[in-house]
Amino acid sequence: MIKVLTLFLFLLFSLDSYAQNTIHGKTTDENGNSIPGVNVYIKDAYDGAISDSTGKFTFKTSSEGPVTLIGSFIGYKSAEQYLDINKNNIEINLKLIEEISELNAVVITAGSFEAGDKKRATVLSLLDIITTAGADADISATLQTVPGVQKVGEQEGLFVRGGSAEEAKIIIDGAVVNNFFYSSIPGIASRGRFSPFLFSGTSFTSGGYSALYGQALSAVLNLESVDLPARSEFQLGVSPIFLSAGFQKVNSEKTQSFGASYSYANLGLYMAVIPQRFDISQAPIGHDGDMNYRFKTKKNGIFKAYATYSFGKQGIRQESLDSIGLKNGYRVDNANVYFNTSFKQSLGKHWKYFGVASYSYNKDNIDAKLLNDQNQQLMNIGIESLDNVNFSSIATQQMWQLRSLLERKFDGLNALRFGAEAWYNKDHADINSAFFNGETDIEDTYGAAFVESDIYLSKNLAFRPGIRIEYSKLISRANIAPRMSLSYKIAPQMQLTADYGIFYQTPERKYLLFDNDFDFQRADHYILTYQWLTKDYTFRIQAYDKEYVSLVKTDDNAISIANTNGTGYARGLEFFWRDKKTFKGFNYWLSYSYIDTKRDYLNYPISATPTFAARHSGSIVLKKFWMSKFIGINWSYTVTSGRPYFNPNLPAEDFLSEKTRVYQSHNVSVNWLTNIFKSNAVVVFSLNNVFNQKQIFGYNYSSRLLDENNLYVRKAVQPPTAQSVFLGVFMSWGVDRTLDNINNNL
Amino acid sequence: MKNLLLLCVLLLSTGLFAQSGYEKAMAAGLQQIKDAKTSNEMSSASAYFERIANSEKTNWLPYYYAALTNNLAGWMDETADKDKVSAKTNELIAQADALSKDNSEIYCLKQMSAVMAMSVDPMARWQTYGMEASSALDKAKKLDPTNPRPYMLEAQTTFYTPEQFGGGKAVAKPIFEKSVRMFEAFKPASDLSPTWGLDQAQEGLANCQ
Repeated sequence: MIKVLTLFLFLLFSLDSYAQNTIHGKTTDENGNSIPGVNVYIKDAYDGAISDSTGKFTFKTSSEGPVTLIGSFIGYKSAEQYLDINKNNIEINLKLIEEISELNAVVITAGSFEAGDKKRATVLSLLDIITTAGADADISATLQTVPGVQKVGEQEGLFVRGGSAEEAKIIIDGAVVNNFFYSSIPGIASRGRFSPFLFSGTSFTSGGYSALYGQALSAVLNLESVDLPARSEFQLGVSPIFLSAGFQKVNSEKTQSFGASYSYANLGLYMAVIPQRFDISQAPIGHDGDMNYRFKTKKNGIFKAYATYSFGKQGIRQESLDSIGLKNGYRVDNANVYFNTSFKQSLGKHWKYFGVASYSYNKDNIDAKLLNDQNQQLMNIGIESLDNVNFSSIATQQMWQLRSLLERKFDGLNALRFGAEAWYNKDHADINSAFFNGETDIEDTYGAAFVESDIYLSKNLAFRPGIRIEYSKLISRANIAPRMSLSYKIAPQMQLTADYGIFYQTPERKYLLFDNDFDFQRADHYILTYQWLTKDYTFRIQAYDKEYVSLVKTDDNAISIANTNGTGYARGLEFFWRDKKTFKGFNYWLSYSYIDTKRDYLNYPISATPTFAARHSGSIVLKKFWMSKFIGINWSYTVTSGRPYFNPNLPAEDFLSEKTRVYQSHNVSVNWLTNIFKSNAVVVFSLNNVFNQKQIFGYNYSSRLLDENNLYVRKAVQPPTAQSVFLGVFMSWGVDRTLDNINNNL
Repeated sequence: MKNLLLLCVLLLSTGLFAQSGYEKAMAAGLQQIKDAKTSNEMSSASAYFERIANSEKTNWLPYYYAALTNNLAGWMDETADKDKVSAKTNELIAQADALSKDNSEIYCLKQMSAVMAMSVDPMARWQTYGMEASSALDKAKKLDPTNPRPYMLEAQTTFYTPEQFGGGKAVAKPIFEKSVRMFEAFKPASDLSPTWGLDQAQEGLANCQ
């Protein structure tokens, strides 16, 4: 009996722990390096283990006979190995092949400055744009502190690597924006119409941009609007120069949102208090409003509609350089309306569709008058340069755009994109002046088709070829523009990128009013970039060469086009260093650009460095945030070498040879985050040109008055005020208390 | 006869038929979670649950625990690449989600993974990941109003959110209190269903005093 029992017990115990075989080995990658943490197991069984720090694994299994051994680890393709468990202590090694994913692959767009919220490594963030001192929350002003963007204080726009403002295009959700900046008075830069808060992603490419975009000889700024606001809220902005109110309502499923805002700006009080360089005939007044509607479709698509309108007016009187005692009055009234609707949707597992349609209408009512000291208009004096001051025009510009893009994703980050777009531009002007009286009309239909592909030859080597085909009806010409980008990852956080492309741009329509049989302007870009990028540091060096051909050459007055035989070049070296870690709480970046550029275009008598290119430019941007007090202090310092200016006293061969003094500006801004009337509030204070340094952007010369040396008299072009100050409070009352804000892991 | 009786007692006492292999394995896994002291041990537990999950194929629970422990392991290792950890957690969450749609516990995991991804660069990522996290908790609450975990997670997030943005101790305290009450009233669907979180809720409440 006992014997039977013992046998039975023995059997019972052995049922529970029946024959166990040990499997052990090592997991490595394709180069033989061990991989720790790999989950090694028998398919369809529980038995297994993870590999240790040396890649070794060992486990016991009760399985017998033929099985499949699997090794899996994130970032690698699972390895499968046939195994016949017919004895104890089996040794087997597994080799895992790395998958190409965003976590480990070379980055194709390394040459651009990206600020997106989901990007693996952001160089600039949305907060950077809002808090950079000297920029006053204007995107283009912030970009002037990164390499390649020239500081041009007297005119709005992005002047990139020796290119004029027209050579850079600003794009929102795929649609080019025709009037991104407010209408301005010549000599006084205006700011962008769009608040940076509208955008969740910013990508600025200072050259060599993708085949998906065109009609910009120099650069593209790509702005992506916010998909859905984070919460329902009501906003109020208060400042001595404007009042704004707005709301955003998000439904509870967070699938739809609707919002509207209105703001009224009036610089009258500001200009009465702060002395201006000019006599103000009409302090800038503006009414701006916008509406937006967004909804998410069931399959993770999103539809966005955005509309904005703006009415503004401003006027100044400047002393005439051509006659003592007289003034030039200039006033502009502007009306602008912009619609943008976009739609993106995944189609099936691999495809994605992006579509956008936009319409913009802009009307500028310009009134320039020659005035006496009683501010009365003087006409028909008999002196040409004085009579020509009298000029009035009503100019309207309309632009319709339609664009579609399809993207097909393949394994391992490979992708194909193709699409087409069509633009229709219609300009009309009624002009009343001493030298021209009448109407002008011009329109252009532009079409483009483009295709590009992301090809990952390995996780360290990626190639992006692209082709863009364009046609402009106005000049009756077509072109084919190749683009390519090769990126090589030298080491885990270091890569080298080479970009090449041909970029075409139709000559500006204002030159094509009377004759339009001209070719596209063209720039060929060659760019090499080296970048080291970690979570806390960015180091980037870029070298480039831009060769321009077929630039517009005009008559002496720069009004009508003569030919497109202009040429030019721009070569330079740029350097960028961003450090978020070394100094506790300090976040700073340094940028330096060197450019050697000359062009022979418009009415240039010879090839010369244009006025918007300073040989050396540098910026230091500092930010410090005190978490305890919730105050942020931002400082920026920009210095550039002198910019060329036109001196009519010099002979043609010395055209644009003289340069202004060095430009310097120290700017400071303070942001204080607090609660006001139960709102989340930000109090912003900024002071530009802290040390009141004299800033000269160029010179305006008289065309007839001479000084004691028999040289034409001149006046420096300077900012409207030596220093500018801003103070404002922005409050938002949210409905959703649990919004995760800046940092919940401090 | 006596021998037969003895045999029966012996058979029963081995507990051989008390639990299935799956339930025993899951119970052992839950014990591993309790015992895990290092990130490596937690990763081991995650891999263990993943193996059970891949073998079972139709049960969301092992995928759930695999994702939970993977996330925990990521926090326990300061040097971990949080984006990689979050990517793996999301893979496991997706598997669980496919097997059990509209599951309150899984939506809690989605929040936890989004919080980890956001922590990599909060300044740049709060807009999207913050949104994802709070949407996930809202859904978790809706799907099971008796589940205490979304409230505990909400309280934790609120605790770490600065006062200037509507967070802080005072605001978090009542949420912790609510979650503690809910933990005490919560009835799990099975022995293996998630029951964790009371400790964190009580600790959080203590920190708010």
